[in-house]
Amino acid sequence: MAERPLQFLNPDGQLIEKSPVDLDRAVALYRDMVLARVYDKKGVALQKQGRLATYAPFEGQEAAQVASAATLEQGDWMVPSYREPAAMWMHGYPMELLIATRRGTELGGSPPDDVRVLPVSIPVGSHMLHAVGLAWAERLRGTDRVAITYFGDGATSEGDFHEAMNFAGVLNAGCIFFCQNNGWAISLPREEQTAAETIAHKAVGYGMPGVLVDGNDALAVYEATRTAVERARSGAGPTLIEAQTYRMGPHSTADDPGRYRSPDATEEWRTRDPVERLRRYLADQGSWTPEWQAELEQDGSALVEQAVVTAETLPTFRPEEMFDGMFAELPPGIAAQRAEAGAI
Amino acid sequence: MASRTLAQAITLALDNALGRSDDIIVLGEDVGRTGGVFRITDGLRAKHGAHRVVDTPLAESGIVGTALGLAVAGMRPVVELQFMGFSYPAFDQIISHVARMRHRTRHRFTVPMVIRIPYGGGIGAAEHHSESTETIYAHIPGLKVVVPSRPADAAGMLRAAIEDPDPVIFLEPIRMYRSVKEEVPDDSPPARLDTSTVERLGSDITLVSWGAMMKETREAAEKLAASGVSAEVVDLRCLAPMNVDTLAASVRKTGRAVVIHEAPRSAGLGAEVIASLQEHCAYDLEAPVARVTGWDTVIPLKMAEHHYLPSTERIVTTAERVLAS
Repeated sequence: MAERPLQFLNPDGQLIEKSPVDLDRAVALYRDMVLARVYDKKGVALQKQGRLATYAPFEGQEAAQVASAATLEQGDWMVPSYREPAAMWMHGYPMELLIATRRGTELGGSPPDDVRVLPVSIPVGSHMLHAVGLAWAERLRGTDRVAITYFGDGATSEGDFHEAMNFAGVLNAGCIFFCQNNGWAISLPREEQTAAETIAHKAVGYGMPGVLVDGNDALAVYEATRTAVERARSGAGPTLIEAQTYRMGPHSTADDPGRYRSPDATEEWRTRDPVERLRRYLADQGSWTPEWQAELEQDGSALVEQAVVTAETLPTFRPEEMFDGMFAELPPGIAAQRAEAGAI
Repeated sequence: MASRTLAQAITLALDNALGRSDDIIVLGEDVGRTGGVFRITDGLRAKHGAHRVVDTPLAESGIVGTALGLAVAGMRPVVELQFMGFSYPAFDQIISHVARMRHRTRHRFTVPMVIRIPYGGGIGAAEHHSESTETIYAHIPGLKVVVPSRPADAAGMLRAAIEDPDPVIFLEPIRMYRSVKEEVPDDSPPARLDTSTVERLGSDITLVSWGAMMKETREAAEKLAASGVSAEVVDLRCLAPMNVDTLAASVRKTGRAVVIHEAPRSAGLGAEVIASLQEHCAYDLEAPVARVTGWDTVIPLKMAEHHYLPSTERIVTTAERVLAS
């Protein structure tokens, strides 16, 4: 197990090892990471304007999400938590539905039939088990589809994290446990979350590899996840990846980090920014220009704006849908309540 | 057709389901090698394979959460939790995800899962092995909660539960597993999961119960008959979503009712039954509806269990009191 996180790009964007991906891939990752940053800024702004009910910012975690999701194939499963919109749309979840969820409508939870991404899961740590079952089902069906699940450092204290890791190990499920260790679970620092030296160490107890990776190095995240996905696809079993990153913003738009952490650490992490790091690398390779950057940001803004418009013009959630969503067939007692609610 | 116990009927229904579709997977603690603590899955692993009748690690939340993933992927998991008192570690998965996935995703992802839970007292087991907390599950929107009280019904209900597109909590009355026998077809058709059954016609009073307490309820009806009282007996069967149409029709006819359950009285399902009767047929009632229930205490261990569980005598006495008022 690596005691030093896997890293290809140092914080200055200099390659310290041979790049595991070609330049085209690095360019594509950068494009999506810029989009992620544009989206995140927009999310925070929309919430301040009262156009989103809540929002969980992920600034600083763009590489961890984009580069990991980029390793998946269509047909693989993704089981997210609630701070991974970039990973979700990378795997096909419509951006407008992510915004719709944040606006406060169930319509956001229903991706198209060919999208194998479960919707946002709120109870921390409870969703990783679902990925184990999905991966297991694919093996029972004889396919080589895998399942990736995202969670934070806080989730690793929940019992279900350990049950999921244990089941995945025992069942040899093709499951990738992707921990975005962003240093904070609301106000609790990583050091008080676990006495383990790293979260990756926890893999040992469940008979699977634990991989420590610089979560702000897109190339390292891509390589670590690609290896884990390959391992899962080949039938060799699960992997735990700890991507060390940092939550630059608050836990949610309702949170005030000033109550529990100093801005110094955040500023220190800003020097390791994942987007800037990859930008410097691409610039060194002659694959970045200020004009292209402006174009990316403009295109990204247009894409996000369009998604916002679509989300804001989705049909209103009708009251009867509250009842109709409960069962495949409406039971008589609930049908009576539906009528009572004046929903007909 | 052969004469079978309730336990045998459930085993048969599982066996038939496993034979009918490769999507069915039975999983739980000790369900494979030993056939489960009640031997309900006995022989199924040998017949259908260790990949379809799966011994899982000892973690109820893990079992249910993993089964949810199986179900979302299109499998039909049938989970066994060993005792109702051990179902609580799985609560978060059941309440937060199993019951809500359909609603959360507007039918895009669904959880066709059965969770079999042996429940109830009367077998002198250790602490936590005698719980009857069905009301907790019945309170959760999105779950169907059903309980058979006869072998033939058990086979049909389990088949229906397995074929149901939504999650079903399938309660199994432990003390009835091997205490009653009746003719059970070799392959039962699915039974309704939204109705109650009038299993004995009467005109003076309605006795309504479910699961294991149906034994004492039937005995009470016999005793009342011996003293000239015609008691109608209703097996509620389907606890959630509750459909009281059959029961209300019975009470409209008899004008009197007693609800019997072994769960604690306060906020027990008897309260829901009585409130529903009040809404449906209050003006047909000749007397207040009475309850015969377990007490609002922890169910005691073997030596004192009989002080807790409703007896046939308590049901008869209560019915006589209701008839006299």
